[in-house]
Amino acid sequence: MNIEAYIALSAILFSIGTIGVLTRRNAIVVFMCVELMLNACNLALVAFAKQHGNLDGQVTAFFVMVVAAAEVVVGLAIIMTIFRTRRSASVDDASLLKY
Amino acid sequence: MTIPEANLWGLAAEGGGHEVPVIDPGAASGVFSLMWLVIALPAAGALVLLLGGALFDKAVSRWGHLLGCATVLGSFLVSLAMFVGLLGRDEAERQVGQHLFTWFQAGSLDVGFDLLYDQLSALFLLLITGVGSLIHIYSIGYMEHDPRRRRFFGYLNLFVAAMLMLVLAGNYVGVFLGWEGVGLASYLLIGFWQHKPSAAAAAKKAFVINRVGDIGLSLAIALMFVTFGTTAFSTISEVSGEASESTLNAIGLLLLLAACGKSAQVPLQAWLLDAMEGPTPVSALIHAATMVTAGVYLVVRSNFVFELAPAAQTAVVVVGAVTLLWGAVIGCAKDDIKKALAGSTMSQIGYMMLAAGLGVAGYAFAIFHLLTHGFFKANMFLGAGSVMHGMNDDVDMRHYGGLRTEMRFTFWTFLFGYLAIIGFPGTAGYFSKDKIIEAAFGENIWVGLAALLGAGITAFYMTRVVLMTFFTKPRWEKDVHPHESPLVMTVPLMILGALSLVGGLMMFGWIGDWLAPVVGAEEHHDLPIPVWAIIALTLTVVAIGVGIAWMLVQQREVPREAPQDVSFVTRAARADLYGDAINDTLVVEPGAATVRALTAIDDGVVDGAVEGGALAVAGAGSRLRRLQNGFVRSYALTILGGVLLVALTLMAVTLA
Repeated sequence: MNIEAYIALSAILFSIGTIGVLTRRNAIVVFMCVELMLNACNLALVAFAKQHGNLDGQVTAFFVMVVAAAEVVVGLAIIMTIFRTRRSASVDDASLLKY
Repeated sequence: MTIPEANLWGLAAEGGGHEVPVIDPGAASGVFSLMWLVIALPAAGALVLLLGGALFDKAVSRWGHLLGCATVLGSFLVSLAMFVGLLGRDEAERQVGQHLFTWFQAGSLDVGFDLLYDQLSALFLLLITGVGSLIHIYSIGYMEHDPRRRRFFGYLNLFVAAMLMLVLAGNYVGVFLGWEGVGLASYLLIGFWQHKPSAAAAAKKAFVINRVGDIGLSLAIALMFVTFGTTAFSTISEVSGEASESTLNAIGLLLLLAACGKSAQVPLQAWLLDAMEGPTPVSALIHAATMVTAGVYLVVRSNFVFELAPAAQTAVVVVGAVTLLWGAVIGCAKDDIKKALAGSTMSQIGYMMLAAGLGVAGYAFAIFHLLTHGFFKANMFLGAGSVMHGMNDDVDMRHYGGLRTEMRFTFWTFLFGYLAIIGFPGTAGYFSKDKIIEAAFGENIWVGLAALLGAGITAFYMTRVVLMTFFTKPRWEKDVHPHESPLVMTVPLMILGALSLVGGLMMFGWIGDWLAPVVGAEEHHDLPIPVWAIIALTLTVVAIGVGIAWMLVQQREVPREAPQDVSFVTRAARADLYGDAINDTLVVEPGAATVRALTAIDDGVVDGAVEGGALAVAGAGSRLRRLQNGFVRSYALTILGGVLLVALTLMAVTLA
């Protein structure tokens, strides 16, 4: 098994996700990019677990999935509520909480 | 000049090996076991009058003044019984100590509540309770119309108790208790008419100036404890020779500072003239007969220190000589009868201080003069009070005149006091003051001349007081009707007047020998001038003083208003020789300037640092909060930056 390929893929996916979070305004897309970053991490965890031959990384990956699922529920609910009140899903519009 | 000061004044005492009398009290038995009662009676009186009176004002006010007199009279009777008991004993057994209880104990410091009754305290007890009783009785009449008479008697009793504590204590801590007690009572009584701003200010002034002296006493006590390990008279008198001379000088000078404060000696003299704001019986009891002489008592009691501390002794003589002239000059220019008498008191205590500084040659005379002065000055103050009573409380002598026919008792008793103070042959002052002048000449010609000059000035100002008050033409207003005071006031005057005449004769023969076990026996002195010449000289100087006063006062008209076109000296004397101005310039102004500077530093530097720091943090905060702009993506960028920073740092550390 070539670990470098998995790590490279994981890094690429993570970078795409990061750039997406930083550049896109649509809350749904930002959300998807966050999921991308989480799963890039999962990929790295699983790859390392496989290489080390123990289950620690895989267990952690499951935890991340569970937490991500819960987060999706809450996050989507918030985005829906904001969209209903403000007629917009842009993260830049929701900037009232500031100095 | 390389000549040491002590030699310059010719007062250096003999060096080491100087013997001082040791105080060795026996246990109290018989009548002496009642010793504590002397203090306890007036203290209980004060307690009932002040605390009980606060609860049941009306009831206590009805008989409060009688209780006040009764407690002091009771003390007098106990003192008298103890004095008789002391006379009946052998000379070797005339010192009695009573240990009441352990006052406080800390480490090796063990202070007992000890009383010491010896020849010296015996005389003081009689003076304080005797003159005190007379003044209490007099006050019944003097304060009759004052609604707060009950409180007045409470304070008077408090004073007597504290004063008795001062002279009966067997160690310096006990003296300190009495010392502070009389200071408090003096403060309360000077400011008794506190509704007058001048009285309130005078009380504060007396209290504050006395504090300066009290620092001296407390430091002296601390130094004695460090040096001797105890503050008891008996032990210190035994071991004082073992301390170094410089230590003893330091203790002596600190004690002198204390004495200066309490006895209104230069440079702490400024409070006494203002203290005349108090009711006249207070001036008589506290500021003439007893409290102000506490400084003299302290010096005489500490003879075992001063005998071995020549520099401190010289300082006592200098202070005494300066004050006796200072007070006398002030007395010459005052038109307020009480202030003229206050200047005289200051001057007479200067005499006592001078005598006390002369050492063994003078201790007994200091006490002798203290006792006779207690008689005649209390007499004259009460006489002045009686005059004021008849003149609608006017104190200006320029408004008196010709009162000898209106107030016969007051006039005659005042005259006896007058004769005593100028030292008319045969009266009390003749014996005591002339002895001091003699002893002063025995030590040093300049000190003797100062004392002699003082006698002349005394004769001048006292004659002036008597002439302006009782002789010359009446100058009082039409609506003033001078009248003699009631018997309750004149009977004490008569007793004190009689004592002013015969007091000197009564004690002259034996007081030196009586006090010898406490203060040491008198050495024989070779006087530079024969004794009869000194007496003749003194009488001549006194006669000149009287003559000048007669020419200046009796032979001219006394204007009702004080003339303003007077010489520089008169102006200075009217302003108390600029005592207040000196204090202001030397102490008050520099003190105030320091405080102002410190306030400025506090406001500018200390507060500035704190407030400046707060401003800087607030300013930085108001700029930094701009980062909190509400855009989620910028937060995300910040987080990314942070993570990258941490990761790069970790990598750099790991690789390095």
